[in-house]
Amino acid sequence: MPQEIQNKPPIISINNLTKSFGSQRVLDGINLEVAEGEIMVVMGGSGCGKSTLLRHIIGSIVPDEGGVKLFDQEITTMSENDMNEIRKRFGILFQSGALFNSLTVGENVALPLREHTKLDNTTIEIMVKIKLELVGLREHADKMPAQLSGGMKKRAGLARAIALDPRILFYDEPSAGLDPVTSSQVDQLIIDLTKKLNVTSVVVTHEMDSAFTIADRMCMLDKGVILKVGRREEFEVLRDSDEADLAGEKEKLIRQFLRGDAEGPITRRKENSDYEEDILNRI
Amino acid sequence: MSEAKGKTEPGEQVNIFLRLLNALGGAASSMGRDFFSTFGGLFLLFSETTLWVLKGIFVPKVRVKGENLAFQMVRVGVRAIPIVILVEMAIGMILPLQMFPKLDEFGQAEQIATINAIAAFRELGPLMTAIVLSGFAGASIAAELGTMVTSEEIEALESLALNPVRFLVVPRLLATVIMMVLLTVIADLVMIVGGWLTSLQLGIDTDVFYQMTLEAVNITGFITGLVKAAVFGLLVGLIGCYLGLSVQPWQGSEGVGKATTSTVVFSIVAIIGADAIFTVIFYAYGLFK
Repeated sequence: MPQEIQNKPPIISINNLTKSFGSQRVLDGINLEVAEGEIMVVMGGSGCGKSTLLRHIIGSIVPDEGGVKLFDQEITTMSENDMNEIRKRFGILFQSGALFNSLTVGENVALPLREHTKLDNTTIEIMVKIKLELVGLREHADKMPAQLSGGMKKRAGLARAIALDPRILFYDEPSAGLDPVTSSQVDQLIIDLTKKLNVTSVVVTHEMDSAFTIADRMCMLDKGVILKVGRREEFEVLRDSDEADLAGEKEKLIRQFLRGDAEGPITRRKENSDYEEDILNRI
Repeated sequence: MSEAKGKTEPGEQVNIFLRLLNALGGAASSMGRDFFSTFGGLFLLFSETTLWVLKGIFVPKVRVKGENLAFQMVRVGVRAIPIVILVEMAIGMILPLQMFPKLDEFGQAEQIATINAIAAFRELGPLMTAIVLSGFAGASIAAELGTMVTSEEIEALESLALNPVRFLVVPRLLATVIMMVLLTVIADLVMIVGGWLTSLQLGIDTDVFYQMTLEAVNITGFITGLVKAAVFGLLVGLIGCYLGLSVQPWQGSEGVGKATTSTVVFSIVAIIGADAIFTVIFYAYGLFK
């Protein structure tokens, strides 16, 4: 698997991506390549810029500097029409599922097919059944999104994301807000879909259990900078090592994040701010 | 530095007038900024919507689906019918009663029919309907679209290569304009009925009331009223859609609430402003005779 992956050209290629909101630099020179057919997990704490990175890759935010290539085409300078053609070739699972609340589950899945293909109604209905079966929701096609649980909404959102048989699937926090069992089901679904449909997956998450279950490669983001990109095994070694054995501050930071420890460089960074001075200034 | 800070601390006696002035100035300047950015945004949204409507005329696939439009029309307008009837009926009854004593002094009591008819068709029919609709249609559109932003539905539409303006704004805007015109016709007629009910109480002959009303209303008055109504509908729908879509995902339900309130406020200001401009134009072109 690793060898094949490295021989193929990258399906996603991010080059020196930089973005600031106001005076705050959210992404600072991100370089990342994702090979075809792999599951890349992007990790990082809240506010580290991982969602912003995802929104750049799907073309909903334009960067200040740098570029993003999908399918070997630069999307940051692309016209809206060309971008729409690219959008038909990838799917996104949003954090909340983002189903259209005025449509039934089946209609949600059918919408991209109706708008972007010339298929007749019967074919579309069959395709909707197939997609819903893949995520285990076939019998819920006629329900409204409001009647679904959080996990079902995500699965329905996934069915809609794969409606047009995309080559790339993006997942924004797929296990956020789900119970452990549903969360592992979604993880399994991600792995299954990647294999069955032979798609490339990019998963943004901070749930370490899920990250280690699904990832081929992982990437750790902190304060708008990529700390480390590597195979899952490399991160596993880092997670299981002793803090004392690690040379750099960077490794210690990643280790703390992977283990979810309360003590470590991330916490120390916060404690270092001038607490006394802050208090004294108020008097 | 720290002394200056201490002075503005709440609870301390500061010059209340200065603070009031400061707050007023701040509100005025932020309103001014809002006004210009909103105006620009509305114009852009209007051009984009017009483009999609025009495209829809030539490309059948882009056209708004009939069922979708009908759904929006029912949602936007049908629920507003009772309240429009109530408001216009009341005004139709009140206005002639207010005018009656003075007109009666001159022996012109039956002129209440004229006043009522002119007021209904040229002014109060479209205006009151628009104000009712700014609450019914504008606020509900803003709340709906705002919620769609916060639940990532708009982003999902875009990610499916579907244009939110085409899918969401076009049917809502068309529905608001169409329903505004239809509701205004109802409003005009109801106000006449209201006036007639009052005139019955005041002992004015129904035939006379009918004749005077027909004389007062000409086709120009009726059409100008409907033109106004269409523009008011456009403003209400556009403002509702724009402010709804301007909600930012991170603002959550607070953003939706603000968008809803602002929609009603902006709509009413826009309606009154447009009304004033229309009246001046119609008057200058001698349409009021």
